[in-house]
Amino acid sequence: MTRTLIVIGHGMVGHRLVEAVRQRDATDAWRVVVFGEEPRPAYDRVALSSYLDGKSAEDLSLTGQDVWDDPMVELRLGTAVTGVDRAARTVSTADGSVVGYDALVLATGSRPFVPPVPGRDLDGCFVYRTIEDLDAIRAAATEGAPGVVIGGGLLGLEAAGALRRLGMRTHVVEMAPRLMPLQVDEGGGQVLGRLVTDLGLTVHCGAAIESIDGDDRVRSIALADGTVLDAELVVFSAGVRPRDELAEVAGLERGERGGFLVDEFCRTSDERVWAVGECAAVQGRCYGLVAPGYSMAEGVAEQLLELGDGTFPGADLSTKLKLLGVDVASFGDAHGQTPGALEVVYANNAAGTYAKLVLSDDARVLLGGVLVGDAGAYSVLRPLVGRELPAPPEQLLLPAGSGVDAGALPADATVCSCNNVTKQDITTAITEQQLTDVPGVKACTRAGTSCGSCVPMLKTLLGECGVVTSTALCEHFPQSRSELFEIVRATGTRSFSELIGKHGTGRGCDICKPVVASILASLGHGHVLDGEQAGLQDTNDRFLANLQRNGTYSVVPRVPGGEITPDKLIVLGEVAKEFGLYTKITGGQRIDLFGARVEQLPRIWRRLVDAGFESGHAYGKALRTVKSCVGNDWCRYGVQDSVSMAIRLELRYRGLRAPHKVKAGVSGCARECAEARGKDFGVIATEKGWNLYVGGNGGFTPRHAELLAADLDDERLVQLIDRFLMFYVRTADRLQRTSAWLESLDGGLDHLREVVVEDSLGIAAELEEAMQRHVDSYTDEWAGVLADPDKLARFVSFVNAPEAPDPTIRFVEERGQIRPGPVALPMPAFATQEVSS
Amino acid sequence: MTWQPICALEMLPPEYGVPALVQDRPVAVFRTHDDELYAVGNVDPFCGAGVISRGIVGDRGGEPTVASPMLKQVFSLRTGQCLDDPSARLPVYPVRRRPDGVVEVALP
Ligand SMILES: Cc1cc2nc3c(=O)[nH]c(=O)nc-3n(C[C@H](O)[C@H](O)[C@H](O)COP(=O)(O)OP(=O)(O)OC[C@H]3O[C@@H](n4cnc5c(N)ncnc54)[C@H](O)[C@@H]3O)c2cc1C
Ligand code: SF4
Ligand code: FES
Repeated sequence: MTRTLIVIGHGMVGHRLVEAVRQRDATDAWRVVVFGEEPRPAYDRVALSSYLDGKSAEDLSLTGQDVWDDPMVELRLGTAVTGVDRAARTVSTADGSVVGYDALVLATGSRPFVPPVPGRDLDGCFVYRTIEDLDAIRAAATEGAPGVVIGGGLLGLEAAGALRRLGMRTHVVEMAPRLMPLQVDEGGGQVLGRLVTDLGLTVHCGAAIESIDGDDRVRSIALADGTVLDAELVVFSAGVRPRDELAEVAGLERGERGGFLVDEFCRTSDERVWAVGECAAVQGRCYGLVAPGYSMAEGVAEQLLELGDGTFPGADLSTKLKLLGVDVASFGDAHGQTPGALEVVYANNAAGTYAKLVLSDDARVLLGGVLVGDAGAYSVLRPLVGRELPAPPEQLLLPAGSGVDAGALPADATVCSCNNVTKQDITTAITEQQLTDVPGVKACTRAGTSCGSCVPMLKTLLGECGVVTSTALCEHFPQSRSELFEIVRATGTRSFSELIGKHGTGRGCDICKPVVASILASLGHGHVLDGEQAGLQDTNDRFLANLQRNGTYSVVPRVPGGEITPDKLIVLGEVAKEFGLYTKITGGQRIDLFGARVEQLPRIWRRLVDAGFESGHAYGKALRTVKSCVGNDWCRYGVQDSVSMAIRLELRYRGLRAPHKVKAGVSGCARECAEARGKDFGVIATEKGWNLYVGGNGGFTPRHAELLAADLDDERLVQLIDRFLMFYVRTADRLQRTSAWLESLDGGLDHLREVVVEDSLGIAAELEEAMQRHVDSYTDEWAGVLADPDKLARFVSFVNAPEAPDPTIRFVEERGQIRPGPVALPMPAFATQEVSS
Repeated sequence: MTWQPICALEMLPPEYGVPALVQDRPVAVFRTHDDELYAVGNVDPFCGAGVISRGIVGDRGGEPTVASPMLKQVFSLRTGQCLDDPSARLPVYPVRRRPDGVVEVALP
């Protein structure tokens, strides 16, 4: 018989509970009714700040259509529960409805704590918890104006980072003598303070708020020591309080510091009522992190479905964060509260790093630690908490890489604390499932799929299990593509023969030759068919057209941004008619002309080049198209001129050779008609400029591009794309699309942003110069062939019978056009071939 | 055995191939880096298209090879054997260079 489960609160934890129940409830034992006070379904509150970087509410959403489609789940959003009648087993809502339950789970989260200072209700005072809060902050923020964050803890620093990104002059006021007093010790707090100050924030520690002043709006803040800070905007981030309002109504007990009091099963005194997440005081204690909430949700789901005992195992409060780009980690007994605990500290003021280990009184067992500035050692140290040290503490504290390796970890050490995965779980999966890479380990064990801080350890464990991930390009080159790129660049090598003679073996193959050809082309070494280079090229590049299944080619002229004059359109039709070509409009805003024989190609190009067309590089691992929408010239929604921008970008990057084909899109507003986020780089106009997204693609594993930078003006946009593309061209593997490349980068999107936007490697100028050289040296490849009799001579059907038609090519007619006829030989069944379009 | 002239050697740069018609048979003629000449059938047995001459010339473990541009199977230039699939093989033709530099292919 189906029973009803009511969940109050559709936040991160409430949603996890619904998911866990629905995934495991094979017999549909529970119908789930979820009440959420917020107007939208659950979203990733942990990633809330990225909403100000341009992520949309949908990007942050944790729910997909499946929740709405699931007949066993009813989501009632914008509906606050105001009453619980435990005797009648019903809840009632603000809008007056009453719903009965068989089981009730409270997942109401917490609310930001606003200290009772005078003036806290003035306009311009905000909290930082929901998407609506952020909308309000964004609307009120003025560039260059002063903003104050009250609270220098984890959330406070995050809010400060947000204000800084909104362009405000940002102050942080913290009552404790240091930042992040809960996670970090005195020494770590000092280093953190310095790093944060270097970023342009003003930090006031040991400061109490006297009042917030202004007439109708905030103007200033008075501190207890008499200091007055100008402030046009104030964000309270002074901690959270569990939302336990319903305890009273329901007659449920509260914990000493608030929260619904529950036992280790997350159960209240009423056996039909549970509480999970931030609102639960598990044996009196509330947890302000999402991971403990998730494990509570999983536990309650187990109990509801009678799958296990579902106790809450207690939580690991270790945290690793990248606040404002500064690494901060704390784990275990970070404050050395264990009696007799010893501390070993390594501080490097010059490098801005601080590390502390807390050890047992005999200095043998690791109890906890703090890392600031460089948290590289976190993934090794955290799993070692409570265990004997595998090496002297000094060695463990040395900068990442030189310390201990994974071999030092005992098998049952938890490597991924987010998902509770041990070293043993991972090594077993690697050997039994024969996993060969990190994505495989992620898929198989769930390790590394949440905060990602354990990913470096997953790599190490793969190595420990003997998985050698060779980066050799092929049997002829022991180097990876990016290594070869650097060799060619540094040594000025100009030919394949020279390169393989000095750095490889044998004569090359269809893997290394096109790679080297592409590297030479990226570095601007002449026409792709010059001299020896012609023989290196895949057939597409060698004939500057796309090989199709019957040995004919298709020809795709460039139509920048998809904009084309009627005259040019007519020429395309005429050429197609004259040569009997099949025509098709592609998904990339091009007109593709199919069925050209090798010997026809020069004559077709002649017509096209004379009419003002050039090669669209549809054949190359190169920039293909920059798709555009209509933009603000014609579209009533457009906020920027997407067509001009698309044309500008396409003309800038045309001909650029890359490890894989590159596609782009520009949309004139957030409606995204150009599908820019499905591209390697996508540009979406906002009222404030352009948002740049990277790493998306269609293909086998579709992926949405992610926001790299927001609100850019034209010049900055082009500059960042220059850097992004060149960095990709240099460092990606053979045939690695930007999406896979981004996933393989250590540090992922954050690292890319550091390199491309913040220039952390100091190579931005070099990347820009390289791109400028490409732009300056661009010439049309088709015209280059037409002008060179030697190159033209290669476009023959048979070298000894140039006019004889190739007997293997046959066409039949369909829908008024040609299509390849049956070939003489039987076609074996093959796996899919990537069709270039 | 009748030899048929195909083209001047200059038409055939090292590590390059050209298509030719030898008594109506499509043949792909290759020249490797060490100036050896090879001639194999031009029709890819996997797809039936006359494209082998447009493949990339190289070696696998020292064996001179060409990779079909269509689905990338690799063939030995010496024996015509497909190195990726033992069931397929290209016909092989005698090929030579005349003293005056003209490349000739014979049908056996
Ligand atoms: C900016 C920010 C950054 C954070 N960063 C991290 C981090 O890096 N790591 C980490 O572990 N945690 C972080 N957290 C904390 C994390 O977001 C919370 O621990 C987590 O969201 C708690 O989930 P929850 O479901 O218990 O509560 P919530 O996600 O807050 O969900 C509770 C929901 O219940 C609704 N609700 C409340 N009362 C009622 C009612 N009576 N009727 C109907 N609905 C109701 C609320 O409106 C809310 O939508 C961060 C939080 C913020 C705000
Ligand atoms: S993306 Fe915006 S501007 Fe472009 S066509 Fe669509 S609605 Fe119009
Ligand atoms: S520790 Fe967070 S994903 Fe593994």
